[in-house]
Amino acid sequence: MAEKRTKVKKNIYFRVGLGITLFFVVLMFVGLIYTPYDPNAMNSSEKFLAPCLSHPMGTDNFGRDIFSRVLKGISMTGLVAVSTVAIGGTIGTIIGALTGFYGGIVDEIVMRINDTLNGFPSILLALVIVSILGPGKYNVILALGILFIPSFARIVRSEYINYKNRDFVKSARLMGAGSLRIIFLHIFPNILPTLLVTITIGFNNAVLAEAGLSYLGIGIQPPDASLGSMLSDAQSYLFSAPWYAVMPGMTIVLFVLGFSLLSEGICSK
Amino acid sequence: MKNFFKRLSLVCVVVMVLSAALTGCAGGKKGDEPSGNVSEPTGEAVRGGEVVVGIQQDIDSLDPHLAVAAGTDEILFNIFEGLVVPDENGNVTPAVAKDYTISEDGLTYTFILRDGIKFSDGTPVTAGDVKYSIERCAGLLDGTPLVKALSIVSHVDIVDQSTINIVLSEANLEIIYYLTAEIIPASSQESGEIIGTGPFKLESYTPQEGITLVRNEYYWQEGLPYLDKVTFKIVASAESAMMELQAGSIHIYPYLTDDQANELAANFNIASNGSSVVQALYINNAVAPYDDVRVRQALAYAIDKDAINDFIFGGRGQLIGTSMLPDYECYVDGLGYEHDTAKAKSLLAEAGYPDGFDMEITVPSNYQIHLDTAQVIVEQLKEAGINASIKSVDWSTWLDEVYKGRDFQTTVCGIAGSLTPSYLLVRYQSTAKNNFVNYYNEEFDALYKKISTSLDSKEVTEGYRTLQTMLAEDAASVYIAVPPVLIAMDKTLGGYRFYPIYVQDMKYVYWTE
Repeated sequence: MAEKRTKVKKNIYFRVGLGITLFFVVLMFVGLIYTPYDPNAMNSSEKFLAPCLSHPMGTDNFGRDIFSRVLKGISMTGLVAVSTVAIGGTIGTIIGALTGFYGGIVDEIVMRINDTLNGFPSILLALVIVSILGPGKYNVILALGILFIPSFARIVRSEYINYKNRDFVKSARLMGAGSLRIIFLHIFPNILPTLLVTITIGFNNAVLAEAGLSYLGIGIQPPDASLGSMLSDAQSYLFSAPWYAVMPGMTIVLFVLGFSLLSEGICSK
Repeated sequence: MKNFFKRLSLVCVVVMVLSAALTGCAGGKKGDEPSGNVSEPTGEAVRGGEVVVGIQQDIDSLDPHLAVAAGTDEILFNIFEGLVVPDENGNVTPAVAKDYTISEDGLTYTFILRDGIKFSDGTPVTAGDVKYSIERCAGLLDGTPLVKALSIVSHVDIVDQSTINIVLSEANLEIIYYLTAEIIPASSQESGEIIGTGPFKLESYTPQEGITLVRNEYYWQEGLPYLDKVTFKIVASAESAMMELQAGSIHIYPYLTDDQANELAANFNIASNGSSVVQALYINNAVAPYDDVRVRQALAYAIDKDAINDFIFGGRGQLIGTSMLPDYECYVDGLGYEHDTAKAKSLLAEAGYPDGFDMEITVPSNYQIHLDTAQVIVEQLKEAGINASIKSVDWSTWLDEVYKGRDFQTTVCGIAGSLTPSYLLVRYQSTAKNNFVNYYNEEFDALYKKISTSLDSKEVTEGYRTLQTMLAEDAASVYIAVPPVLIAMDKTLGGYRFYPIYVQDMKYVYWTE
């Protein structure tokens, strides 16, 4: 009975998480094609309007509509996160699969490089990469993508080590399957659940990392909106226009919360 | 572990909701409008104490003759003094010298040293020290003048122990303003010691963090300074400055934006003054498409300065159309370009860019007002079909790439003026080392050369007017405004003085409790 209750409870996480995430995915696409106002259009007569009917999230120090900017910011942040996870996930999975399956000296070397990357605080590494490449959307994606490779590689590798001596792999081999076929057709489907969880957590981290970099002023360049850069701009007006900080802040929290719940749900399913 | 994250995210939500509610309550109250001048606190001046001043950038050199950034000069002003020093009205008053006379032909300046004046380590200032300092600035020691205007000094003669003659190769009305060049001991050539005769002396300097000054026991002005210690602390951004002010870890912050000033007005003394900075969209005249005057003019037409003034300076900025401060007598009013998008478009079409072009604005990210201004400009240029983007870089990168390397398209920044109007014009000579916009106009060069040796002040003023007009007509850059200086300081501090130049004079500042 108790077990069943936790199962139901966890299922709720999954549902709520999925709901929030789907909601944000919809917003992401909406932000790409439609915003109520031009997110960069300035209007000096509408500076610092509190949330009202025509501006549901108020306006900022340039009289820009915060709701439109939050929408645009979700798309921007989402785009960065998706691309980051795509880069990190693909490369990380390939590296992890090959090193985990084959082992040996190459595995040792690659994993030590991995450890070195892991040794640096991730935001510091991102800072270094961005300051070499210069700020901007694509460089941020690249920097974060590189940053996410080790975590994927590590998890995928351990899964492959776990599976490579299982009976079904041995029998596949006896039937004459090649190594690549075993890696991608036989083992890969088995690690999908783990990978899915890693992806959702990675997505979460990517949202936060983008917000962090933009907050530091080296991510998305003004006047483009991203959730992090909006938070950073809003800092000066925390007391005179609190909604400016609260709206993008809440959005980040909800965005991340949705994915956390989702990964929690997947985990326990 | 899973549970930990779960709780963490829940806690985050709760905190966010709570803080929203709390800040929502505090948000309703707005401070008073900042007053026009420094209001003095009521209490008595107390001697001693320590003040922390927030600054925006690291200093570029502790050697006063080598420093190029205005942000460095504003601090070194407290450590070093020249034969004469600038005062609040833009004149010069004797400092290391107690008096001076100028010969009739304007070629010989005779300075008499102040009796008993000492460096901050207690050694007396000798005529030799003065000779060394002036010769060093004038380039008489190794051929490279450190202060370009002083390169007309032909030689420096020691008449007796306290009398020095500075002889010029050509007369120049403004040279006295450049004789504010800092006096340093001749022995510093070998020792490299950083000492001067100013009210404070250097205690420590930590790169990226700040610089600490302590009172100079040997300062010549009786009873000054009031403070025992002044720390200039580098604050990375305007936001962190706000927080540090509110937390009390800095007491004075001199570079507020209009919105910030309004926000701080309830708890701090807010004072405003016209700055001595010419803010502009500086354009690299040497790279395409900006080497075409029509493109530069189109930019000028496309930018609406009134809107910038409204957005960024709360209407308190003085709009300008040329590289000159309105306070100067020679300032030419009404230059520049009225906002006219249609005209901008037709000029662009004429220049061969009917569909506009991509433009990059490099902005030093530590200056919030320039960053904000750039954002407004991007929007305004969009209307004229120019697709501008912002590249925000940190201060040292900006100095290297833009100011020294001249590797940029456009930049929004401020050039600080000085005591002389020529200071804002001299940099547009094609050969000037600090002509970072690569302005090139032979007529300008010739006229500047002609008036720089003139002793007729009327002719000089007229010349300056013509030069300003040239800059405006060539649209050397898009001159925007002289931003207001908005400074916040602790309510119990007094004695802060505004200067027409970019300095933080801590000599008169005192606590009242």
